[in-house]
Amino acid sequence: MKIIIVGCGKVGTTLAKQLCKEGHDITVIDKKASRVRALSDGYDVLALEGDGSSYSCLRDAGVETADALIAVTDSDEKNLLCCLIARKTGNVAAIARVRNPVYNSEIQFFRKGFGLSMVINPEQAAAMETARVFRFPSAISIDTFSKGRVELLTFRLNEGNILVDKSLTYIHQKLKTDVLVVIVRRGGKTIVPSGNFVLKAGDLVSIISGPGQAEVFFRKIGLETDRVKNVMIIGGGKVTHYLAKRLMADNIAVKIIEIDRKKCEELSEELPKAEIIHGNAIDEDLLLEEGIERVQGFSALTGIDEQNIMLGLFAKNKNPNVKLVTKITTVGFENVISSLDLGSIVNAKQITADYILQFVRSMQASVGSNMETLYNIKDTDAEAMEFHIREKSRCVGIPLQKMELKRNILIGKIFRNGKLFTPTGSDTLEVGDYVVLVALKKHRITNLDDILKK
Amino acid sequence: MNYGMVFYILGWILRIESVLLLLPGVVGFIYREKAAWLFLLVAGLAFLLSFLLTWRKPKNTKVYGRDGFAVVALAWIVMSLVGALPFTLSGDIPFYLDAVFETVSGFTTTGASILPAVENLNKCCLFWRSFTHWVGGMGIFVFMLAVVPLLGGSTFNLMKAESPGPIIGKFVPKIKDSSLILYTIYMVITVSEFLLLWIFGMPVFEAICHTFGTVGTGGFGVKNSGYMEYSPILQNITTFFMIACGINFQFYFYLKDRKWREAVGMSEVKAYLGIILVSIILVTVNVRGLYGSLSETVRHAAFQIGTIITTTGYATTDFDLWPKFSQCILIILMMVGACAGSTGGGIKVSRIVILIKTIAKEIESIIHPRAVKKIQFDGVSVVHETVRNTSVFFGVYFMIFFLSLLIVSIDDFDFTTSFTAVAATLNNIGPGLAKVGPTQNFGFYSWHAKCVFIFDMLAGRLEIFPMLLLFAPSSWKRYT
Repeated sequence: MKIIIVGCGKVGTTLAKQLCKEGHDITVIDKKASRVRALSDGYDVLALEGDGSSYSCLRDAGVETADALIAVTDSDEKNLLCCLIARKTGNVAAIARVRNPVYNSEIQFFRKGFGLSMVINPEQAAAMETARVFRFPSAISIDTFSKGRVELLTFRLNEGNILVDKSLTYIHQKLKTDVLVVIVRRGGKTIVPSGNFVLKAGDLVSIISGPGQAEVFFRKIGLETDRVKNVMIIGGGKVTHYLAKRLMADNIAVKIIEIDRKKCEELSEELPKAEIIHGNAIDEDLLLEEGIERVQGFSALTGIDEQNIMLGLFAKNKNPNVKLVTKITTVGFENVISSLDLGSIVNAKQITADYILQFVRSMQASVGSNMETLYNIKDTDAEAMEFHIREKSRCVGIPLQKMELKRNILIGKIFRNGKLFTPTGSDTLEVGDYVVLVALKKHRITNLDDILKK
Repeated sequence: MNYGMVFYILGWILRIESVLLLLPGVVGFIYREKAAWLFLLVAGLAFLLSFLLTWRKPKNTKVYGRDGFAVVALAWIVMSLVGALPFTLSGDIPFYLDAVFETVSGFTTTGASILPAVENLNKCCLFWRSFTHWVGGMGIFVFMLAVVPLLGGSTFNLMKAESPGPIIGKFVPKIKDSSLILYTIYMVITVSEFLLLWIFGMPVFEAICHTFGTVGTGGFGVKNSGYMEYSPILQNITTFFMIACGINFQFYFYLKDRKWREAVGMSEVKAYLGIILVSIILVTVNVRGLYGSLSETVRHAAFQIGTIITTTGYATTDFDLWPKFSQCILIILMMVGACAGSTGGGIKVSRIVILIKTIAKEIESIIHPRAVKKIQFDGVSVVHETVRNTSVFFGVYFMIFFLSLLIVSIDDFDFTTSFTAVAATLNNIGPGLAKVGPTQNFGFYSWHAKCVFIFDMLAGRLEIFPMLLLFAPSSWKRYT
């Protein structure tokens, strides 16, 4: 596909790199020559220096024939203008980043009125990710796909867990839950495990489950599943704003520590039920006084990564059972960060890029294919995807155990006649089914028949 | 240097060359020459070597800027060393150094020869000599990037190192597509010239070889007399195509996309054609009386101007006999060269334009010390690095020029010969004046002068910096 990216900040750069790797024709536009040059030197993209919100610049970039335009400059208005121009000049899927909370309630209007395909608010997206972690304490990260029917949860297997040194077949038989281990990440390698695979302590395990199933699974393996009752948040920025609102809607008590008096007052107006503390959180005494040892959830959301990391480590140190979410703004250094005990990491930029990538991929996938959604599983070489079987194909009607699948492919869930179930070897795929499966990226599956050996 | 990747890329270059070497082989079989087998043999050896080098793709496929430059320079050297083998093995050029000189001269589209007479060479060798022009004109890496599904993202560095000019751009987002477009344009020009030459009476073999020599702006011929014997119409066709190939290929890309206004607005092309027009007028006035009619005078003037500014190096007349004013124009045009992004050599018109603007700016900054002025090119302001790079290029260019001149003058030939010999090789032209004039050759130079010329030709084609990088010890440092 031909994709134009306006704005080469961190999100724009991340998107350009990844989409370029996936074989799209990328044109990037930025006002700063040094930024576009850095990109065009290192990657196979066409770089234009100019103002992406001007019609002539977008025309130079070929907006008339482009398939998608992604506007991720630092100005909301510019992003919207870019998308408007794109919509008026060609049949382009337009994606805008809009982060001003004022516009937040108007996203629906933007999408309908302006014809945008996607409007993303990074801070809100980050807040939603964070909220999910607090609502689901045992998992490290949760993703939903297939219109919320299927959840993908990732957690780290700690020493002493009953799953350690057990094979997957044993686990599935013993626990009798409708949950499937689909990906194991061990030492930087992504494995799509088969039945005789044995889990080890330290593995990052991803499972897929239907709604409500995951709680049962986590209770059975001895990881607590009840959601946290109170959360301490450091920093009163935009993410905090969205996060506190979301948590309080679920009756989770929120305590916010913010250094700026005026911000505190604003927060207190917007969130009357929240407890707002005015003070500098980089102060052990203050944190102890406010009960960091007793909180069930802790999230460091200040604007400075180093502070967030420090606060997160301190919270974990004082309170080993705390559910921790640390906000990181830097893109990159994933290996270093994941080696620290910082709980879940939220990175608004990364999340924005991931959401947009997911959108672009499913856009591409939906062209001439029966793929419904494609989901790139974070930090792994695997992806999950959903197919809707509309007509008879090579896969239909054969029991799964007789199907000759490529290696490292796992059929996770089948959704048939309103019911979701984990298939067994004797099940077959039928026309009308929705199928969720997990595969390594290298297979480049775009059609359901691609899962079969040639 | 990322040696793994360097060897891997060299392997691919050899593989491409081994395929290219099959073509002269085919020509040899058509003319029933024994030398054809030698081309097959060398092709086989190159393929074997390439096979070993590309056996395993290295884990680290990152090609940084310095690796890109170094690998391009190395590849051109390796290519020439291998490409020279058939000449020596067949006995057409008995000394290997001479053969290397001839091959480098071919790949770099110089067209300087050490052969006093070419007509008694094997046809397949003649074909290979001209074919190297065609390959070198657009560049072997550009070709490789178009056809080999090779590396990661940083291949742009390879293209930058090989493509001539101060500002290297892509037409479309993907390098592969960009290279493909370049070669498509190149092919169209090549085929149309061949057809025209052939229709207007040139024998097929000569038409093919001269087409290669023209579109690659090389200059190797297949006749001892060069272009002098051909009919005026053939000479005019060649003049047209030489000048056409000296134009920035971006121009043709605009034409292809029907962006007439952008095409006509390219200031480099305007300057280039302007220089040609003015030079033709000046030379015509200066050399009047030497030829029978005005049309003949203009034809010779246009051909010689075209051949020199595009750095091709054919000749329809012995311009060594021209008045000094015309010869001086030719020497200046040798330095100016063709447009950036064309197949021609020299300093490039765009660099001259940027340099003149820099000088104007410098003068203005003396008059108005606080003036702020950005240098503009085609309506876009040129970034500081490009301006700096252009200025440095001039400095290095002349340093190499005079250093080469110094070494070459050890051979004790007259100044015109030495000066124009260096100019003709460093600018990839071919013939100079006096002893290296259009009817002469480079064969009489000593081996060390030939080495200098070989270096100059490569440095000229790759625009100096990639070759200089090979002399920086730190670029040989290994890292993984």
